Amino acid sequence: MYVAVKGGERAIENAHRLLAHERRGDRDVPEVSLSQISEQLSLGVDRVMTEGSLYDRELAALAIKQARGDMIEAIFLVRAFRATLPRFGTTEPVDTGAMQVRRRISSTFKDIPGGQILGPTFDYTHRLLDPQLAEGFSPETLETSEASLAATPRVTDILGRDGLIEPSPAADAEAPVGDLTREPLSFPADRDLRLQNLARADEGFLLALGYSSQRGYGRNHPFAGEIRFGEVEIEFMAEDVGFAVPIGAIAMTECQMVNQFKGSATEAPCFTRGYGLAFGQSERKTMSMALVDRTLRARELGEEVIAPAQDEEFVMSHSDNVQATGFVEHLKLPHYVDFQSELGLLRKLRKEFTEATESAPMQEAAE
Amino acid sequence: MTATENDKQAQRKAVMAVLAHSDPSEISGRLAAITLPDHENLREPENGLVMVRGRIGGDGSAFNLGEATVSRAAVRLSTGQVGFGYTLGRDREKARMIALCDAMVQSDEFAGLIETKVIAPLRAAISAKRSRKAAEAAATRVDFYTLVRGEG
Repeated sequence: MYVAVKGGERAIENAHRLLAHERRGDRDVPEVSLSQISEQLSLGVDRVMTEGSLYDRELAALAIKQARGDMIEAIFLVRAFRATLPRFGTTEPVDTGAMQVRRRISSTFKDIPGGQILGPTFDYTHRLLDPQLAEGFSPETLETSEASLAATPRVTDILGRDGLIEPSPAADAEAPVGDLTREPLSFPADRDLRLQNLARADEGFLLALGYSSQRGYGRNHPFAGEIRFGEVEIEFMAEDVGFAVPIGAIAMTECQMVNQFKGSATEAPCFTRGYGLAFGQSERKTMSMALVDRTLRARELGEEVIAPAQDEEFVMSHSDNVQATGFVEHLKLPHYVDFQSELGLLRKLRKEFTEATESAPMQEAAE
Repeated sequence: MTATENDKQAQRKAVMAVLAHSDPSEISGRLAAITLPDHENLREPENGLVMVRGRIGGDGSAFNLGEATVSRAAVRLSTGQVGFGYTLGRDREKARMIALCDAMVQSDEFAGLIETKVIAPLRAAISAKRSRKAAEAAATRVDFYTLVRGEG
């Protein structure tokens, strides 16, 4: 039990003042601007938007600056901000098939309609520190080449045409969509709620769980069917306007994992799938998300639940880093009353122990 | 809905899409160059959120991905047309300008002017930017080939 304490206002105020100084750092070093963070630490901004569950680059950059680069603190700040604004409604579901693709790769087919586009990637770099970046650096002029006008269908759609992969769960426009920001979690949770939970889940937690499933803790034999990154158009069904209004585009990453088979006496075997989607260029996140989406389908696919990554209550209850850090970090707040009662109990137990051991030899002598 | 109403709605949507994709300073610069009709704010510009939805597997049933900041506004011309402005982000003035343009598109007197002086040049700029980005991405298109193993 946590009992509130009073006092310390002056010290707290001074501590926050000291924090502001430390945040600013050496005054001889120029202050970092939000646009510098947004433009040059863009993947950090993407992560804060994804796990903060709020798409707004400038706010995410501000949160990173305020949190001194502590990503979970920044995510916390963004989550707190979102609670201050009213929600106008929900968008139409995005069409990732119509994405303006900046990167799109498949590890299952080398020749895919629309082609494989590497885009801006760390893949195939040598992971050697680049001293050029340390002293100011202008990148080379970009190469361009003629863009194909061909569509870039999802790889899973291509497999789906031959029935080689299970179809996505059918869209029912009437069915309500679960929202864990409105109703508390309960189990078992449907896949819409699980995906919402995974979308805002801690990247490191999902990475570890996804990795565990690859290493054998939970059945999973995945291929990265497709990873795509680019801008998708957003339309909002505005009641006052009377039609779905285009409100701009959002950068997103999508990952389609293709996994081993399901089938039955009545159904031919086919590949199964796991799905990942996140704001910005969040490749590791969406890959991990797709792995864990698939492991969490164990119940639905009749697989034995033997590993943490397959246990939806375990995964969903511990995936949120704001909740997790709240509970872990609250331990450093004053627990004086709590601790006093435990101390009192311990003293009593020790007294009883001492009395018991002191009286024991006398009992022996009496026998 | 009649065919004309459908056309009008499609036109309004197309204009809204161009404006939502445009930089606010570009829109205000274009609007400053024309004589605007008398108008008032029907709804004061405000910030809020929308829940962005994805589809399971990309094409299946919907799920809630996360929220995005939006701004919205509504403007009424003195001639009665009501325009709505919605845009991603927290720029309320941008939402107001979109609402004003939407109202003008619905006015026979101003629709042509808005199209030629504001929307057409913005559309061209967006299209050029898209083409440039697509060409940059296309330069990273890769042709993987597999090596056939020798049979002895």
